[in-house]
Amino acid sequence: MFERAIVLACCALGAAIAMISTFAPAIGEASIARAAVESIARQPECKGDITSTMVLGCALSETTGIYAFVISLLLIFAAPGIFMGYL
Amino acid sequence: MNLDITGARIYYTIPVLGGIPITESIVNGLLVTLLILGVCIFLTRDLKLRAVSTRQVIAEFIVETAVNFIESNVGSALTHLAPIVAALFSMSIVSSLISLVGLYPPSSDLSCTLAWALVVFGVITLTKIKTNGFGGYLKGFTEPIFVFTPLNIVSEIFTPVAMAFRHFGNIMAGSVISALVYGALAVASSALLGILPGVLGDVLGVIPILQVGIPAVLSIYFDLFSSFMQAFIFCMLTVQFVGQAAN
Repeated sequence: MFERAIVLACCALGAAIAMISTFAPAIGEASIARAAVESIARQPECKGDITSTMVLGCALSETTGIYAFVISLLLIFAAPGIFMGYL
Repeated sequence: MNLDITGARIYYTIPVLGGIPITESIVNGLLVTLLILGVCIFLTRDLKLRAVSTRQVIAEFIVETAVNFIESNVGSALTHLAPIVAALFSMSIVSSLISLVGLYPPSSDLSCTLAWALVVFGVITLTKIKTNGFGGYLKGFTEPIFVFTPLNIVSEIFTPVAMAFRHFGNIMAGSVISALVYGALAVASSALLGILPGVLGDVLGVIPILQVGIPAVLSIYFDLFSSFMQAFIFCMLTVQFVGQAAN
């Protein structure tokens, strides 16, 4: 019983720690959006191109956040079942 | 507070090769395919050169949008990609939007998005082989020097994996957050209204009043905006990767 509690607690903690890393893509996307706003302010006629490039850049830099989210989902839903099997 | 965050339900297991499960996402994916097929057949019936109907105008608009999208991104040499990009876009957006009518969205199943990403990976690899020849394709792994070969192989493998995880993660995150907020609002409303004295608190504490309205705002972002955005990003990345491969 005690081991099970430790496994569950560690899985939950691991999921929480994995989600800390999502601050990095947030900062990255913010800097992308800032650069896009600055370039639109400089050249308003390029708005369409800049917006689509910005969306692409946001999508690419979001990937790390998505990895963190998938890992925390795995830790919450899949890992306890796997680790309980070892006990 | 009962949260319902589950994967796709398994309806039936075909007893071959150790059991192939028929899941909710397969059934809903087939439904989406049939829906798109029906719309396509409906739009392209009796095409004419003159005196075109409204249906034909819509069909032409869709095809022109797909072709223009590719031309504005990677030039007119790759317009033969328009059917696959349009198919991916329509499949992705209808799969995500099907959650609005309460069905399980196939795009929040990793198998589904991974299948789309593998199709895209096949297109990218074929384009690379067609551009550089098979030897040139293999030689591309040793660029810029041979030490980078393992890194190049890893980045090649991670192209479809990243695409699949991005789409799956965004749609899944939306449904998980919606479910969490929905559950939290039930707890919050019973805690807030339950402190009212007497029978009033007992009656109002049971009815989750706070669940009215707020989930709808989240749904506009996660279901409508995010679905459209992910479909757009998926197609954009497909076009960009194939455009890179063709150079």
